[in-house]
Amino acid sequence: MIDSLMSKYNYWMYIALMMIGFYAMIGKKNLVKKLIGMNIFQTAIILYYISIGVKKGGTLPVLMEGLPRAADYVNPLPHVLMLTAIVVSVSTTGVALAVLLLIYRRHKTLEEDEILKSMR
Amino acid sequence: MNALQIHSVILIILVPLMSSYAIPLIGWKWRKTAFFIAQGAVTVSTMCSLVILHAVMTQGTIHYHLGGWLPPWGIEYVVDPLNAFMLVMVCVLSFFITLSSWASVEKELPDRKVRFYTIYLLLFTGLLGIVVTGDAFNLYVFLEIASLSAYALIAIGEDGAPLASFNYIIMGTIGACFYLLGVGYLYIVTGSLNMADLAKLLPPLYESQVTLVALVFFVMGMAIKMGLFPMHFWLPDAYTFAPSAVSSFIAPLMTKVMAYVLFRVLLTIFEPSYSLQRVPVGVVLTWLAAAAILIGSILAIAQSDLKRMLAYSSVANIGYIVLGLGMGNKLALIGGLFHILNHAFMKAALFMASAGIMYKMGMRNIYQFRGLRRKMPLTMAAFVVASLSMVGVPPTAGFFSKLYLILGAIEAKQWFFIAVILISSLLNAVYFFRVIELAFFKPYNSGHPAPHPPAADEEKVGMDEMPWSMLIPTLIIAAGIVLLGIFNGPIISGVLERVVPRGF
Repeated sequence: MIDSLMSKYNYWMYIALMMIGFYAMIGKKNLVKKLIGMNIFQTAIILYYISIGVKKGGTLPVLMEGLPRAADYVNPLPHVLMLTAIVVSVSTTGVALAVLLLIYRRHKTLEEDEILKSMR
Repeated sequence: MNALQIHSVILIILVPLMSSYAIPLIGWKWRKTAFFIAQGAVTVSTMCSLVILHAVMTQGTIHYHLGGWLPPWGIEYVVDPLNAFMLVMVCVLSFFITLSSWASVEKELPDRKVRFYTIYLLLFTGLLGIVVTGDAFNLYVFLEIASLSAYALIAIGEDGAPLASFNYIIMGTIGACFYLLGVGYLYIVTGSLNMADLAKLLPPLYESQVTLVALVFFVMGMAIKMGLFPMHFWLPDAYTFAPSAVSSFIAPLMTKVMAYVLFRVLLTIFEPSYSLQRVPVGVVLTWLAAAAILIGSILAIAQSDLKRMLAYSSVANIGYIVLGLGMGNKLALIGGLFHILNHAFMKAALFMASAGIMYKMGMRNIYQFRGLRRKMPLTMAAFVVASLSMVGVPPTAGFFSKLYLILGAIEAKQWFFIAVILISSLLNAVYFFRVIELAFFKPYNSGHPAPHPPAADEEKVGMDEMPWSMLIPTLIIAAGIVLLGIFNGPIISGVLERVVPRGF
C-alpha cells in the first residue's frame, strides 16, 4: 500500500491538485475563486505531463559524449507539449479575466448568487 | 494528385488564419473592409474544401506532412472521406452564415465590426483545424483556438452573456483538459501522438487499464464540449445571450465538430470492436443520448424564448447523433453522421430565421409572433421547412437521418430507442408547431393593447422582410434541407458508406 503510494507519488500529487481545482470550479460561488480553481486544475495537468517525461538517472536532453542511449536522457517531448498547454492556459485566464471585468461592470458584483438574483 | 489538391489541405487553414491577423491591421484604417476580408477568406476555404472533397473521392486519402517531417514525429494533416465530408459541411455553411452576418453585425455591433470578424475567423480556423488534423495533440491546440474565440464571441452579447460565457469557459476548460489527459494517458502507453500511429500501436494494449482511462477521459471531455445531457448546462445560456450572428454560427457548427472528434476517437484511434463493444462505452452513450433526446425536447417545450427553445432542441439533437454512434452498427452510424449534416443545416436555418426576426422586430418571445407570416412570409417559410425537417417529415433531410437511426435500432434489436425516437418526434412537433400556429394562424398583433385587432386592420399589415443579404442565405440553406433529403441516396452511398470504417 505505502509502496504503491510512494512509487507513484507524482500521480497522486497531480490527482490531489486536480481535485482541489475541480472542487473550487464546481463548489465555489465567487467567480474569481472559480477562475483560480481552473488555474490549479490546468497546472495539475501540466505537472502530470512534466512528471511522465522524467527518468531515473536521466539528464538534460542535449546529446552528450559518453551517453549514447536514449534512456540516458529525460524525454523532452512532454515538456514541449506543455509549453503549448501553458500558452493555452495563460490565454484562457486572460479571456476569463476580461469576461470577469465585463461581468463586474454590468452587475457590480462577482458573487454568482447575487448576479443570478439581479438577473431575475 | 496535383499540387493544388495537396496544398489545399494547408491553404484551407492558412488563409483564414492569416486573414484574421490582416483584419485588425487593415481594419484599423478602413473599418468597412473587415467583412469583405472575412468573406473572402471563407470563400477561399470553401473552394479548397470542394477541391479536397473531389480529390479524396477520386484518389483516396490525402496526407500532408507539415514542414516535410514524416509522421509519427512530425504533425500530419490527414483528409479521408469523413474529414472531407465535415470540411465541406463547415465551409459551405460558414459561407452562407458569414454572408448573412453582414446586416446583423451592422445593427447589433456597429462599432465592434473589426474585432468581431477577427475573432470570427479565428473560430472558423479552429473548427477547420480540428477537422483536418491527424495528430491528437494538434487537435487539442485547435480545440482551444476554437473554444477561446467562442468564449470571446459569446461574451459580447447583451444581459447575461458575460456570465454565460464565463460558465462556458469553466465547463469548456474542464472538457478540453479531460481531452488533454486522455492524450497524455495514450502517450504513456504508446509514446505516440499521431492518430494513425496510435491506431496501429493500441490493439495489443487493450488489456491495459491506462488505455481504458484514456478512453473514458476522451468520451467525458467531448461529452462536456458538445453539451451531451447531463453536461449541457452551459449550452442554453450561451446560445440565448450571444449576438444573433454568433449564435447562428456557433450553434450549427461548434457542437457538431465536437461530435466529429468523438467519432474520430472512438472509430479511428480506438477500434470500434474495443471502444463500442468490449467496454460498455457504447451502452452508456446510448442511454445518455436517449435521456438527452427526451429531456432536451421536454425542456424545449417549456421555453417561451425562441433562441432558448432552439438551444434545448440542440441538446436533444446531439442526443440523436450520439445515439447513432453508441448503437455502433453500420445503419445507425450512417444515421448519426447524416444527422450531423442535417442538424447543422436545420439549426443554421432556424437560427438565421430567428436572427432575422430579432433584426426586424427586436423580439424573441414566441408569444409575440402572432401573425408574423404577414410581415415576414419568406423568413417564416424557411422556418417552417427547417421545423418540418426537425420533426422528420419526408422529403426533408431530418426524416432520412431518423429513418436510418430507427433501422439501426431495429438491427441492434433496441426497441426502447425506437420508441424514444418516435416520442421525441412528437415532442418536436409540439414545440415547433406551437411557433408555427402562432405565426400563421393567429391574427397579427402589432403590440397595441387590443388583443384581437379587427380583420380589416389585418389586411393593412405590409410585408417587411429582413434585408436581402440575410434573407437569401437563409432561403438557400432552407432549400438545402429539402435537397439533402431528396438527394440522400447519392450522399449516403457516395460519401457516408465510405466513411464507416471497416469491420461493420
